[in-house]
Parts: sequence; C-alpha cells; structure tokens
Amino acid sequence: MESLYAITTGILTACGLFLTLRGRTFPVVVGLTLLSYAVNLFLFSMGGLTTDGAVIIDGPNEYADPLPQALVLTAIVIGFAMTAFAVILAMRARGDLGNDHVDGGKLEESREDRR
Amino acid sequence: MTLLWIPLLTLLGVLIPAFTTRRGRGFCTLATATLPAMALLLTLSQVPALLDGELPRIALPWLPSLGLDLAFRLDGLSLLFAILILGIGLLIIFYAHFYLAAKEPYGRFYTYLILFMLSMLGIVMADNLLLLWLFWELTSLSSFLLIGYWSHWTDARKGARMAMTVTGAGGLALLAGFLLLGDMVGSFDLGVVLSSADVILADPRYPIMLVLVLLGAFTKSAQFPFQFWLPHAMAAPTPVSAYLHSATMVKAGIFLMARLHPALGDSELWGWLVTLTGMATFLYGAWFALLKTDLKAILAFSTVSHLGLITALLGIGSPMAILAALFHILNHATFKGALFMSAGIIDHETGARELGKLGGLRRAMPITALLTSITAASMAGVPLLNGFLSKEMFFTETLNTALLGGLGWLLPVLATLGGILSVAYSLRLVHSVFFKPAKEAPPKSPHEPPRLMRAPVEFLATLCVVVGLFPAVLATGILDLATRAVLHEPLDFHLAIWHGLNLPLAMSLAALVIGVATYGLHQHVRRFARQFTSVDSRRVFEGCIQRLVASTQTLTRQLENGSLQRYMSLLLSAALLLAALGVVQLPELAGSKATQSLDSMLLFGAALMIFGAIGTVVTHRYRLISLLMLSVVGLVVSLTFARFSAPDLALTQLSVEVVTMILLMLALFFLPQKTPQESSAGRTIRDLALAGTLGMVVASLNYAVLTREIDSIAGFFIANSVPGGGGHNVVNVILVDFRGFDTLGEITVLALAGLAIFKLLNRLRLFMPHSDGEGRLWSPDRYPMILTIVSQALLPLALLVAAFIFLRGHNLPGGGFIAGLITAVALILVYMARGVDWTQARLDFPYQPVAIGGVAIATLTGLGSWLFGRPFLTSAFGHFHIPLIGDIELATAMLFDLGVYLAVVGATLMILANLGKLTTPHRPTKETPGISRKETLLPPGTEASPPVDKDAPAITDDKAPQRPSKEKV
Repeated sequence: MESLYAITTGILTACGLFLTLRGRTFPVVVGLTLLSYAVNLFLFSMGGLTTDGAVIIDGPNEYADPLPQALVLTAIVIGFAMTAFAVILAMRARGDLGNDHVDGGKLEESREDRR
Repeated sequence: MTLLWIPLLTLLGVLIPAFTTRRGRGFCTLATATLPAMALLLTLSQVPALLDGELPRIALPWLPSLGLDLAFRLDGLSLLFAILILGIGLLIIFYAHFYLAAKEPYGRFYTYLILFMLSMLGIVMADNLLLLWLFWELTSLSSFLLIGYWSHWTDARKGARMAMTVTGAGGLALLAGFLLLGDMVGSFDLGVVLSSADVILADPRYPIMLVLVLLGAFTKSAQFPFQFWLPHAMAAPTPVSAYLHSATMVKAGIFLMARLHPALGDSELWGWLVTLTGMATFLYGAWFALLKTDLKAILAFSTVSHLGLITALLGIGSPMAILAALFHILNHATFKGALFMSAGIIDHETGARELGKLGGLRRAMPITALLTSITAASMAGVPLLNGFLSKEMFFTETLNTALLGGLGWLLPVLATLGGILSVAYSLRLVHSVFFKPAKEAPPKSPHEPPRLMRAPVEFLATLCVVVGLFPAVLATGILDLATRAVLHEPLDFHLAIWHGLNLPLAMSLAALVIGVATYGLHQHVRRFARQFTSVDSRRVFEGCIQRLVASTQTLTRQLENGSLQRYMSLLLSAALLLAALGVVQLPELAGSKATQSLDSMLLFGAALMIFGAIGTVVTHRYRLISLLMLSVVGLVVSLTFARFSAPDLALTQLSVEVVTMILLMLALFFLPQKTPQESSAGRTIRDLALAGTLGMVVASLNYAVLTREIDSIAGFFIANSVPGGGGHNVVNVILVDFRGFDTLGEITVLALAGLAIFKLLNRLRLFMPHSDGEGRLWSPDRYPMILTIVSQALLPLALLVAAFIFLRGHNLPGGGFIAGLITAVALILVYMARGVDWTQARLDFPYQPVAIGGVAIATLTGLGSWLFGRPFLTSAFGHFHIPLIGDIELATAMLFDLGVYLAVVGATLMILANLGKLTTPHRPTKETPGISRKETLLPPGTEASPPVDKDAPAITDDKAPQRPSKEKV
C-alpha cells in the first residue's frame, strides 16, 4: 500500500511539474493545481497512513496523526486562493498583453530561441 | 583607561573639522591638531610603564559570541608605529594647511585625514585580530576618500578605486586568514595568538592561512606583484601621499608582518615567500624609480622599493634582521615623509612635477635644495645619515642569512644591485631638480615656500642627520622596546656608524660609486629601457574589471533572461539536485516499518488518479478536457483522505474541488480554448525528463518516510484536545485553538487574495469567444429549468447543512472552513442557475466586507483573551443548559471559527462572483468599487443583453472599444 501511495504521489508530482514547464498560462495553472494535490498528499502521508482512525476523541482508540491533517486542511484552502490568483493574473495578462504566454510581452516570434 | 583614550581622542578629532571650518583655516588647523597632539602625549606618557616591562592593555567585550573584543594594547611595536602615525600626522596637518588651495574644502580633507589616522592607530593598537581587521578595512575606506579627494579629476577617481579594490580584496583574504588563524588557536585575542606559535606551525592549514594573511599584507604594502596601485594613488594631494605612502598606509602590511612574526614567522615557507617577494619588490621599485620622470612617481616607486627592503628583512627574520627592519621603518618614514613634502613644495611653488620642466632650482630655493639633498642622500644610504645605518644592517643580514642555501650569495648581490639603483635615482632626483640647468622655465616663477610650510621638512631632515650621527643615543630606546615586542626577549645590540672595514661597508661603498656612475650613464639606461613596451597597469586593471563586469552580466543574462520557463527549469533542476542528494544518502530506501496490505479499492483509486493525472498532461492542449481530467484527480484525492482517516480533509477537498473547477471553467471562458503546439521535441523531452526524475525522487522520498517509524508530537494534541480545547475533533481544535494563530494568518491570506483578485478584475480587458473550440456556438438556453428549480430547492438545504457542519465542527468532522466552502458553493449555484442579474437583485451586498469582517472577528476573538489577562488567542469553553434545546457546549473557539467561516465565504464569493459578473453590467469597475451596482455606465442597449449572445462579444469596457475575439475559427 505504501509503495502504491508513493508511486501515485510521484506521478502526480511529475505530471504537475511537466505542466508548470509549459509556455502558456492555463496549462501552468492546471499544473500548479495538480502539483498542489501531490504536495497535499505528500504532506498528509507524513503522519503515516491510518485506516479507521479518524481523530474524533471517543474513548481509547488508535488515532491518525491530526497535525498533518490540520496543516493540509489550511493548505488546501490557501492552495485554492493561490490557484484563483494565478488564473486571474493569467486573464489579466492576456487582457493587457494580448497573448497568454507565460513570459508575456507582445512579441510572439523568436520566443522559442530565447529560452 | 588611558589606553582607550588614545584612539577615542582621535575618533573625536574626526568631528572637529566639521565644527571649526567656519572659523577660518588657521583656527581649523590648530583645532584639528589638538586632539591628535593630546593622543600623542598620552602615548608618550605610557613609555615609563613600557620601560618597566609592563604591557598596557585594555579589553571591553563587544561581540563576545564572535570573539570580537574592543581590546587595545600598547607594546613597543605599537608605540613605534603610534608615534610615527601621530607625529608625522601632526606634521602633515600643518603642511596641508599651506598646501591646499584657498578654495578647496579643507574641512573635508582634515576629516578624512583624522579618520585615516584613527584607523591606522586602531591597526597598530588592536589586541584582537577581528578588531585589527575592522580597522584594516577602515584604512582602505578612508584612504579611498583621501586618494580620491580631488574627485573632479579622473585620475584621482580611478587611482582611488584601484587602491580600494586591491587593498579591499587583500583585506578579504586577510579576514579569511584571520578566521583560520582564530580557529587554529581557538581565540582571536592577539596575546593568545602570539604565544601559540607551536600550535599554529603544526596545523595542516598553516600554509593556506599564511598565504591568505600575506596576501592581505602584500596588497596593503604594495609588494610585487600588487605594487601597481601605489603609483596611481599618487593622484592624491601631496600631503596625503606624504602621509599614506611614507609612514602609514603602506606600512600597515609591514606592521602586520612584524606583529604576527612571532606566531607565523618561524617556518621555511615564511622565509621563502616573504624574503623573495621583498627582494623582487626592492629591485622592481628601484628600477622603475630610475626610469620615471615625474617627481611623485619616482618617490612612489622608491617607496615600493624600500617597502620591499623591509619585507625582505622581515622574511630573513633573524633578531638583527627584525631590528634592521624596524629601524628602517623609522628611517624611511622620516626621509620619505620629508621628500614627499619637498616634492609638494616644488610642485606648489613651480607648478611642475616633471623632471624635464624642472632644473636649476638651487638658486631660487636654496634651503629646500639643501633639505631635499640631505633626505635624498639618506634615502641613497650615504654615510652619516640615518638611511645609511639601516641599509648597512640590511646588507649585513643578507650576508648572514642561511636562506637559499647554496644560492645564498645571490641575496647580497641583489641587495647591492638595489643599493646601486637607489643611489642612482636619488642622485637623479636631486640633480635634475636643483642642479641641472633648466631646459625651460617652470609655469610659475619659483621661490622659497612659506617658512612654516617648510618647517615639517626641516624637522624631519634634522632627524635624518642627528639620528645618523648619534644613533645609539636617539634610536636605541624605542628600538629596544619595539624589538622586545616582536622577539619577546630583549636583544643586545649596539647601533654605531663605524663597524670597521668589513664586507657590508664595501657593499655600501660599491653601491655609492657604481650608483653615481649609473646616473652618469643614465641616458643609456633609459634608451635601453625604452626597447621594452611599457605596460600601463591601470589599463590592464581597468580591462580586468570591465571583463569581470561583462562576464557577470553575461551570466546574469543567462540565468535571468525574462523567461518563466527558464526560471522554472533552473529552479526544478536545483530542487532535483538537492532532493536527490538527500535521498542518495539513505543507506536503503525501505525502512523497517511493516507495510500494509493492498486491496482492490485502493488499486482502483490509484489507477483512477494516475489515469486522471496522465490524462491531464496528455490532453493539456485541449484545455476543457484537461480540466475534466484534473477534476478526476481532485475527487480521488478527496476519497483518499476519506480512506485514510481524515474526514475533515475529505470534506474540505471536495468542496474546494467544486469551487476550483467552477473557477477554472469561468476563467477558461476568457482564455484561449486550445494551446498551440509550440514546444520543440527536444524541449518536451527535456521537460519530461526533468519532471519525471523529480517525480521519482518525490516518490522515493515518500516511500522512505512511509516505511519508517515516526516520532510524532500528535500525542500532545490528542491528549489535550478535550481537556484543553473543549473539542473532540482534534483537527478542528488544532485549527481554531492550538494553532489558531496560523489559521488567522491563513484566512488573512485568503481575504487578501480575494481583494487582489477583485482589484485585478477591475477594468479588465476581455477576449471572449463567441463559440467553443470546435466552432459551435454557445447554447442559447442560459438558465436551464431543471437546474433553476433544483438550485432553488437546494439553497436552504445547503445553508442548513453548512450551519450544521459549522456547529458540530468542534466535535465531529466539519468546522468553519468546510461550512464556508459549502455556503459559497450553494450561493454560486444560485448565480449559475439564475444569472447574475436575478441573484444580484436579491443578494445585494458586496463580499469584501464579509471577508474582512471574518478576519476582524477572528482577530478580535484573539484579542479578547487579553482582556482576561491571557495570551493572544487563548480559548475558553463551558457547558450551558438552554431550555428546550438542551445541554450545549460553547467555546470562544467557535467565535473564532465564525470568523474563519465568514472569511472563507467572503473571499470565495469575492473571487467567483466577481469573475462571473465580468460579462454582466455588474462587473467591478472603478466607478462603483464594491458598492451597489444597480446603476451602470453601460449604454442602454447592452444592459439586458445576455453575455455571450451570437457573434458579438457583449462586453464593453468603458474606455476600451470592443475588441474582436481572436478565437474566431
């Protein structure tokens, strides 16, 4: 189970990172979202993977680690705020610059060889 | 305490010129000289104590954690240098009074000069290596100011910059050396360092440390090959040259070598490095002094040469060599100070410094001629003058040293050669200025300088003669103290003019005779030298600096070319390197913890998630499909949280997922629907490799963590949640209580993001497609009936669920974050089903105050605990019995959670609703920021039109004209 979890996290990370390396804003935002899933899963697993151990105190029980959960919970919400900000920024950039390339600018040509 | 007053008085002296310049130059000069004079008297008052064998010291802790103390000492070596620094400094102050032109800002000059004096005093008196280094850097800075004093003159600026760069770089090397030295000894205290020679010499890092320290000393003392800055520093006013380049600045390196000689000097490496550098400098300087035609340039190169002589003596390092070095420091300061001042007088009174323009000045300025002749003779080593004594001691030591072994005879030969050259250039200096008939009349008609301007020169020239005649009486005392400080034991020596007929005397005489002959053949020597192309060291230096700047600029352009993709790939490569290094260091990937078994549901979930992730990438050019793939991943992530005992996370992820998808779809409407194919195959492969490798590293890291036992602090939270926080849902208690401050920060960020987005949407210029990517027009059925009806029925239900989730959050999965997201989703659903107009008419309030109010409530709840004398965000709770409803528990954390709830609702709606309103007249504009937007500025015709109707983009911006969409197929 642990190996499957790790592999999934790794694949999510790789996919997210690949998209953040693209040249247009929308795939980058999608990549960031995918990456934040991966990061949340990774952080969440720092407390170990517990089955049937929700940390609702009701007598003696084996509980999951509540701290990563609390941290990831806020991370999810902040991640949403960040995605929203990035995507609106992308819209604004397109509105003001006329294209949706991550480097902005008005020049479309000779962009490939600058990288 | 007296000791502290010596630098302190000088420090105060820095301020004096600022207060006295308005009262006239004479007053200013006298006032400026007062404090250094007092410092000099204080220094001299310590002499009896020194003679009694005491070592006056004072140490005040400054930064004890760094080993830096404000510690001063005054041993014989410090005394010798302090007298030179303060004494010659005073002479220079008076000399500058006459030298500087009436219009020049003399107050500034004096301030720099005293600052420099202070830093030199600091170097020679410091009893702590780090303190010494601080003052060392201060001399670089203040000499930069002094050399560049005539800042309107390019040569002065460039010379100052060069001196600063070379000595500053040397200073850095010195710091590195000192840090190593302090690490070897375990202390930066000079006393400890000087008495730990055996520890230092045995340390394997000794050679590195020695080279670093010597780099500092050599750059400062203009030793070959760093000598080039000194001649260019001659762009300074002559009083500065006389002070910096005779007695102080360039002697700092010599001082350092003498100071550290007891600790570092007893090694072959020291002997070789220091002696050979010194000899090379001695000859190099002497040769170029003979070729130069500018008075100050000749003096500059002769200074380089004499510094080499002293360095060579320190390298030889025998007790008598140390004595000779110290004696020559004293003699050089007297005759070179006097010579520089004479050169300044000649320059000042004739307006020329070139030998070609000068000549026959003996008649116009006989006294100056006499003084210059005496001091130049002393420089040449003519008997009966002080320069002769120390130079003969130098010859003796070159004969006696065992250095160079079989080639030991080279040293005296080279020394004699240097002696010949110095006789020649001294003679040339005096002869061409005063005795040779002038070829042309100098710019000004020459005459004797003011009586007082000549006084410092007279004083120093007198010293040259009397010390030369009565060395035993005048110099023995101070030299005895100084050598004792360096050698740590008294040295039995006797200074005398006549040592009998011996080899050093023969060397001196030979130098004199051949030197005079060399000057006679001077024209031939010059012709010989002219064959060689001369290298302008300044041009080389400036070239190096420019190449350095150019190469750093190229590097910066490579790294920072304005392309986000370049930055991302560099960032990811760096992350990959660091993370991979970490994982590689694990002995093996799998830890000792037993792994749990798989089941089919897990396999299916993982497969679904991997499918979604890869699908997102594969379809990323078709953005809508890619987005749908992404939502698959998000949903499975939420199920994963549910599966692994995190109900709060599952609920949050689910609601955030909904909100994110709505957001991205709304945004996608305003962005191109497809991504053009523009990455080259090589680029795609590179990105795939980079992302893939990083993914593998992350997976390995995750696996490594998951298979190891973790020592968690979870126990504390689980144990204290109910008794301390009054809640059974530990995650929620952590959020609103234990780590409430974090949560407060996070909702603040959320609210700020909402506000920033609101601002970004303001007056946004929009591109809107009239159809989807395939060219199909948007559906005219904008508000489907089923959705409308269902959403209406759902709204109260959803709000009820939100209230329930909120209230139970402290004890069961739920809480402000989740309740807020559910509320926001319910409201967004109404917007979608009914349109902005309909909703706006019923929900007519802006969301910004809601978000800000939420943050305010959370903050005030936290502040409230101050009223009860508790720390910020302390929570209280209790059980209350309410009739009909029953027993309920109320906690202040709930109030905090209410703040979280409002902040989440406000921020989410601020983002989504405002984005949705973009295509309507209710969009954010500057005219109606955040207040009722019933009144719009749009032309009447557009008001009711649906946002995406037929061909025409319905939106207008008040200022920007309608723009045709780019996406027309």
